[in-house]
Amino acid sequence: MIWVDTILQGVLLGGLYALFAAGLSLVFGIMRLVNLAHGDLIVFGAYLILVIVSALGLHPVVGALLAAPLMFCLGWVLQKAVLNRTLGDDILPPLLVTFGLSIAIQNGLLEGFSADSQRLSMGALETASVAVGPVSLGVLPLLTFGSAVAVIVALNQVMYRTAIGRAFRATSDDPVTASLMGIRPDRVFATATALAMLVVTVAALYLGTRANFDPAIGPARLIYAFEAVIIGGLGSLWGTLAGGIVIGVAQTVGAAINPEWQILAGHVAFLVVLLLRPRGLFPRGQ
Amino acid sequence: MSLLETRSLTARYGDFQALFGVDIRLEPGETVAIIGANGAGKTTLMRAITGVLRSAPDSILYRGAPIGDLPADAVMKRGIAMVPEGRRLFPSLSVEENLLIGAQHKGGRDFGDALDDLLTETGRDLRRAFFGPHGLPPRRPGLALGDRLRAAALGPHGLPRHDAGPQHTGAGYWSLETVYDLFPILRERRHSPGTALSGGQQQMVAIGRALISNPDVLLCDEISLGLAPVVIRDIYAALPRIKASGASVIVVEQDIGQALAVADRVYCMMEGRVTLTGKPSEIGRADIHAAYFGAAA
Repeated sequence: MIWVDTILQGVLLGGLYALFAAGLSLVFGIMRLVNLAHGDLIVFGAYLILVIVSALGLHPVVGALLAAPLMFCLGWVLQKAVLNRTLGDDILPPLLVTFGLSIAIQNGLLEGFSADSQRLSMGALETASVAVGPVSLGVLPLLTFGSAVAVIVALNQVMYRTAIGRAFRATSDDPVTASLMGIRPDRVFATATALAMLVVTVAALYLGTRANFDPAIGPARLIYAFEAVIIGGLGSLWGTLAGGIVIGVAQTVGAAINPEWQILAGHVAFLVVLLLRPRGLFPRGQ
Repeated sequence: MSLLETRSLTARYGDFQALFGVDIRLEPGETVAIIGANGAGKTTLMRAITGVLRSAPDSILYRGAPIGDLPADAVMKRGIAMVPEGRRLFPSLSVEENLLIGAQHKGGRDFGDALDDLLTETGRDLRRAFFGPHGLPPRRPGLALGDRLRAAALGPHGLPRHDAGPQHTGAGYWSLETVYDLFPILRERRHSPGTALSGGQQQMVAIGRALISNPDVLLCDEISLGLAPVVIRDIYAALPRIKASGASVIVVEQDIGQALAVADRVYCMMEGRVTLTGKPSEIGRADIHAAYFGAAA
């Protein structure tokens, strides 16, 4: 029975990793932009929620709701003012610029908040659990997983049921022809990044409530996000959820065997999937 | 005033000059054919007119207004639609979605426009706050931020935008249903991926995608390229109905016979220059041969 519990905990942990990865997957799927600052933007989001919560005395969920429009606008401005200028045939400029952005965010947060760990308190929710048969599942991990599924469903609805989703896919296919259809690729990309930042806000909420965070933890979140995106298949949103679950399960199983193996097991699972299916489990277009 | 006109239009790809002082015009209701050999500059001309290649503002006039420096999306919104060479359907979109994408941005303002304006104006205000009034020349002196936010939100009836110009309303004959009536096979294949269709059917989608924005000017770039003669005949059979809907048409063709059959006027291009102009009835084969290849017949 302990293995069932271990795997279920891994699946729920996978929801958190899927949240880390969903925004990255969206942006990569639409504009082939690898955002090396993605993890730091999640940490930035967590600090933004912390500031709102501390200043106004609100519950973190309400803080996240207030942070979301700010993050949306930040994403729009970031894409319009910075990232759109780096897009082109050469993949190096966006990598360099987002790497620089990552360092700037980390140092900015360090300057503003020090290196001390912070946490968003969800109160009684943090320790609440529900019994599912013989297994006890935490409410917060369940909420995290439910949020991940909701985010993936919502993003899929946007992508495949709305006019802006059509514009996302058309621009991703062929930006020049899309512009002949009256679409402004720079604006579509800005909208995509703004949308990704809404997802980042959700990820930031759960990052801050499930563990301590400090200005330096962004790159590690980025690695988990990358691995989830690549395991799932580049550009596939449901694949991203599957990728997160693979990492989460591998980590909990690894930890059950030997606690020192937790992080390593996730990376090994990533390498195994990469070895067996280089294009991921559910590559887009297959 | 011509509907569309180019005046001494030049275009470059980096250091390579592809067009040298091209003058063409399109009158309302007219079909103009542009013929020429490979590399003559026909597609470059289409790319310049549609804004894919930028040129001097006054080198392209649409209803008398300069559009040469406008981006492709702005040109399309003014009522100039293009069927690009090679169809260029969007692979991740179904047939119906490929058609709808041509209609969704045909005019008016959306949330993205408002947000874009809002953030652009706010950014400009912040820059001015940091760098002072002389750092950047004010575009609308005397307007408060609140007025600008209102302008962004109010749309075309608010304050004028910097790119304000005659916007095509998009209202007209063509809709999903009328496109399906024109090309019934597309109705049957509406849920198929656009790129899963035959070449001729893909061309129908590309034409329908351009029509559904209800353009005043339809540019067709090599629509017969790579298609069987019977398919080409079917495609061109739709032209009278397209013209009847009110669109004026520019057809770029290598198939001289087809071009002469549908056109009211013909321009022949060679090496980036117009070498022959006239009505099909007035142009002899020897003239075309000379204009095509630059040699006396």
